[in-house]
Amino acid sequence: MIAMKYNFSKSPEFCKDSYTIYICGVGGQGTIKTSAIIGDGAINEGKNVVMSEIHGMSQRGGIVSTELKIGNYKSSLIEEFSADMIIGFEPVETIRSLNKANKDTKILINTNPIIPFNIKSQKNSYPDVDEIIAILKDNYNHVYPINGSQLVKDIGNPLTLNMILLGAATADETFPISKDNILSAMKDNLKPKFHDMNIKAVEKGYEKVKYMKEKE
Amino acid sequence: MMELKKLLTTKSGTKLFLLGNEASVRGAIEAGVSVAATYPGTPSSEIGNILYHLAKSAEMYFEFSVNEKVAMEVTSTAAVSGLRSFTFMKHVGLNVASDSFITTAYSGIDGGMVILTADDPSMFSSQNEQDNRHYGRLAKIPILEPSNPQEIKDMMVYGFEISEKFKIPVIIRTTTRISHMRGIVELGEINNSRNDAIKLSENVHWKKGYLKKNPDQYVPIPINAAKMHKNLILKLENIKKIDTELNKIYSSSNKESFKFKLGIISSGSSFNYLYDLINKYNLNMDILKLGFTYPFPEKKVLKFIKDLDGVFIVEEVDPIMEKEVLSIIGKNQLKTSVFGKLNNVFPMIYEFNPDIILNSFKDFYKIANKENNIKNINDEFSKKEVKVNDYNQTTKLRNTKLNNLIKNLPSRPPTLCAGCPHRTTYFAAKKAIKELKISEDDVIFASDIGCYTLGINPPYKTADYLLSMGSSVGDGGGFSKATNQVVMSFIGDSTFFHSGISPLINGIHNKDKFVLTILDNRTTAMTGGQPNPGLNVDGMGDPAPEISIEKIAIGSGAEFVKLINPLNLKKTIKTYKEAIEFDGVSVIIAKSPCTLINEKKRKPMEIDYTKCTNCLYCVKILACPAISTKDDKIIIDHLSCKGCATCVQICKEKAIKVKH
Repeated sequence: MIAMKYNFSKSPEFCKDSYTIYICGVGGQGTIKTSAIIGDGAINEGKNVVMSEIHGMSQRGGIVSTELKIGNYKSSLIEEFSADMIIGFEPVETIRSLNKANKDTKILINTNPIIPFNIKSQKNSYPDVDEIIAILKDNYNHVYPINGSQLVKDIGNPLTLNMILLGAATADETFPISKDNILSAMKDNLKPKFHDMNIKAVEKGYEKVKYMKEKE
Repeated sequence: MMELKKLLTTKSGTKLFLLGNEASVRGAIEAGVSVAATYPGTPSSEIGNILYHLAKSAEMYFEFSVNEKVAMEVTSTAAVSGLRSFTFMKHVGLNVASDSFITTAYSGIDGGMVILTADDPSMFSSQNEQDNRHYGRLAKIPILEPSNPQEIKDMMVYGFEISEKFKIPVIIRTTTRISHMRGIVELGEINNSRNDAIKLSENVHWKKGYLKKNPDQYVPIPINAAKMHKNLILKLENIKKIDTELNKIYSSSNKESFKFKLGIISSGSSFNYLYDLINKYNLNMDILKLGFTYPFPEKKVLKFIKDLDGVFIVEEVDPIMEKEVLSIIGKNQLKTSVFGKLNNVFPMIYEFNPDIILNSFKDFYKIANKENNIKNINDEFSKKEVKVNDYNQTTKLRNTKLNNLIKNLPSRPPTLCAGCPHRTTYFAAKKAIKELKISEDDVIFASDIGCYTLGINPPYKTADYLLSMGSSVGDGGGFSKATNQVVMSFIGDSTFFHSGISPLINGIHNKDKFVLTILDNRTTAMTGGQPNPGLNVDGMGDPAPEISIEKIAIGSGAEFVKLINPLNLKKTIKTYKEAIEFDGVSVIIAKSPCTLINEKKRKPMEIDYTKCTNCLYCVKILACPAISTKDDKIIIDHLSCKGCATCVQICKEKAIKVKH
């Protein structure tokens, strides 16, 4: 039988074991390190993983984003509207990444803005963060706002923000890597003297999202 | 990310999560490279940064050469002396190296030589998106095209084998997406005993070779060059006969046949998108993935396409394979239709992504589902306009509030860092122009390649023209002959060494009149802080003679040479006024270390609110990331402030002081 027409339909087989994560923020927030740890965590889990990182001018205050694809993928770019999770390190950058999101995407968002240096000389102002969260919740089913600067204060080091957000990610039941595998990947990637502090950070983020989920 | 040493010490068979650039270093180590050289350039910069740390323990000589042409020469001579050598550069770097590069194909080599060129489709950090696969054809040098870090590593090793066997350099062409992709790489054996005749020298940590003289082969005077070109053609004919698994068919698992028999030929990043799409959408099409793309594998391609009704050619950036396939079809009088860039199925520019390719396929099937003759589909596409439009993201967003939020997001452009000395230099130059009552329209700023190109943005606006590395100096001379405008050229220290010296000599000899500022921030900042000849350290961290820019300027015949600390604003403005009024080429060396490498800790500044009139002059004229406004008051973020004190010097109310 020869088909006269072809219609694009997704193969359930292919989609079954795949998970895609989009991570975005501003240079210096630790997004790339976080992504590499997730990658190593996926390997610990025995899964295939590819990742894309673009950071041309990140050191000079620019935008940084990475894309992780876990499963039977060869390409490292996530198709639009198809990320399973977005980890947004900064409110406005999270909004900029929404072309990767659909209504079921898990959106983890740090609520502390980094205001662009040139905000006074541009037409657009920095939007109100509460408003951002409200609009996100109107449009997406799983939005988890995380007050990163509050939590890093509890831990005592602003550099732990990325591990808080990573811990938060592991609290979602769809996240394909166990917290244990994330922790061991973290230890492989960070110097021993930072381990204790970052274990605390992972736990803190984890508890935060678990709590939000219980209230849902 | 991971400890760099792992690239050297990890055993064969182990799997690591590596960046493409890291994988190429492991490949070089496995292949037993003895000499490596580069000039830093993104997307290949990390390779050099890693070798800076690893070269010695890997028994490798490594240098940051003054420019890519010298890097090419350092590696060619190593290869001719029987060593394995590796040079790598961004795509435009090969333009600089091209003169020597093309001759290496003629003269050939003895040890293996691999040239990695990292192209930058979509121009994430470059001035163009030239497709360096053309260079393989121009020089008649074989090209390998990896699709992921594992393939980069493997092709490094294979590239050296081919290179040594056929006595010809080999190109590995990556793109940003491949060089900056991270993937699982299974490591191979490290080859330590490649050539027993070459012993480790007593004085140095790398193997030394020996040049067996052969001027007939190595000196391309016309009579020799004629023979060399003939030999090169014969070599290529032999290379064409290689049947390699790098050119391999990936069969679709879906065998449900469509009315047209279709297939795909692809390479590099495009292959990854296709492989995922074919599997995700159950498309019945085989993909011929080409990894060894020049000389073009005609036989394999002919066999793949001869029974197809249509073949898609999916490649970034130029339609190079597409033209090769069309020529095979013409030569063999096949009826296969080709769908690619030339008939507007795929876009002619920019890097691809899964959505671009999926949409092109959707457009294809929209027509194909209706047509019964494949030639008509080709005609339909050929009638369309050339595809150059940026891919439009569909706005499938759910409410207008969200759409408005997205439409009105503030931008976040990269900027000169807080404490960057370039900011102060630009301020001083413009202030001098103003004090001399020269209109800014009457001043041409010839810019160059480095962080300081960010001067194009307001409030600085100090970039009017730019061509390439070092062009600001030649452009300065040119504008001074072509116009009566004041001409100011700005170039960094590393870029000046790279290709600013000969045009300076040219400008002085030809009696040009322009102000040349060498922004000497004591590093190659834009690419991540590599050393350059102006520093007392070399590419492996060893002590090295520091070359004086001042003496170069004087030696080039410049009569006005001033070495200044730009952070001393008053003196800098005065020097600029003198330089602008000088009749000839005036050279200002603005020496102050990049704030990212400056080890001197200076106290941050703060606002004295008893004096601040909130005029916002400092906010607007400096655009310093450490100075912003909050609740209608100017604030200095003491964590970001590097204490350069430029704001202190420009504040008319003297309302900024050192924080206590």
